[in-house]
Amino acid sequence: MADKKNPLLNEITKGIIKENPTLIMLLGMCPTLAVTTQAANGIGMGLATTFVLLGSNIVISALRKVIPDKVRIPAFIVIIASFVTLIGFLLEGFMPSLYESLGIYLTLITVNCIIFGRAEMFASKNGVLASACDAIGMGIGFTLALFLMGSIREIIGAGQWMGMNIPVLHDNPMLIFIMPAGGFFTLGVIIAMVNKLANRKPPLEIECGSCDNCPMSGKCEKKEAEV
Amino acid sequence: MKAIAAIILSAMLTDNFVLSKFMGICPFLGVSKKLDSASGMGIAVTFVMICATIVTYPIHYFILVPNGLAYLDTVVFILVIALFVQLVETALKKLVPPLYKSLGVYLPLITTNCAVLGVTVLNIDNNYTFVQSIVNALFAGLGFMLVLVIFSGVRRKMEYADIPETFKGVPATLIAASIVSISFMGFSGLFS
Repeated sequence: MADKKNPLLNEITKGIIKENPTLIMLLGMCPTLAVTTQAANGIGMGLATTFVLLGSNIVISALRKVIPDKVRIPAFIVIIASFVTLIGFLLEGFMPSLYESLGIYLTLITVNCIIFGRAEMFASKNGVLASACDAIGMGIGFTLALFLMGSIREIIGAGQWMGMNIPVLHDNPMLIFIMPAGGFFTLGVIIAMVNKLANRKPPLEIECGSCDNCPMSGKCEKKEAEV
Repeated sequence: MKAIAAIILSAMLTDNFVLSKFMGICPFLGVSKKLDSASGMGIAVTFVMICATIVTYPIHYFILVPNGLAYLDTVVFILVIALFVQLVETALKKLVPPLYKSLGVYLPLITTNCAVLGVTVLNIDNNYTFVQSIVNALFAGLGFMLVLVIFSGVRRKMEYADIPETFKGVPATLIAASIVSISFMGFSGLFS
């Protein structure tokens, strides 16, 4: 798995393209759709999530030998929620406008599958440094995906991009793209494109981030139930 | 009374949790393939939403606010929800095995469903009263179920459609969701 020459660098780069959390692994769809009406919001959400991911990955991997296996899920949740509260305070204090526009979705970082999935899949099994690199890679991948979504929706839907006016589109914006329907549409098309470029078939199902990654897979009998 | 009617309409139709607030997208795309699993998930989510509201509302107003700890909302709420889901699962297993058989499989998935945390936080953010909060939770859950059931019908039709290779699977599902979302836009402006 890890490249022998530079395993840490590999942890970072894998999250950006090969295992991009949003576009390839299809995790964390709710914020991807909800806050990407503007490119700037996408970056803000991406960085906030990266912060929480980095913090929780570091703490969880540092405590991985202390936390008993049976109570790990509540323990992870508390750690993640604490970092979410922290970033909420920081944004409220230093970037109130971003805090306003992210609104409730900032709180909902707590239940973002990416963070929980990385905690369970990676941080609880690897060392602190590797987990931090993993978090940075995944965070950058998530931020880029959100930025891409936000850019497309803002340019087509509002005729603006990062405060600049786009010549023709600014006079005739296609409003539908910044509405919820446009979010679903843009994401669908982007996922199809990315999979086409990566030369693989798009996944058939979203299993809350596929059952292998799912922290609940031990308890969940959904697989059997679906058969 | 007027406020309650407004909450009902907005929670169910105009500000539908799935289609306009984007909460609970994972179960929306994951469990909507068959009608019975869609309605089962819908009922389970509605049930947990109401119960979570009943539990978190007093915690916020009678424990956290008087002690100046309102900023702990996120931590406390998610813990309460996780605990509660576990409790409901155990209770159903012991007391009502048939109900557990039909709902039990969905319960573990609900802990990390953002719609449940979302509804409890929104109730506090919007300064709803206790009754308004419960109505909001009930109809948000019903709205969630409505969309899941409608979408399971759409997906059944899609199984017979001839979709280009690149779009098969999740991309086509998302684009179908976009069209369903457009139809729900027709409800906006229903009341003001």
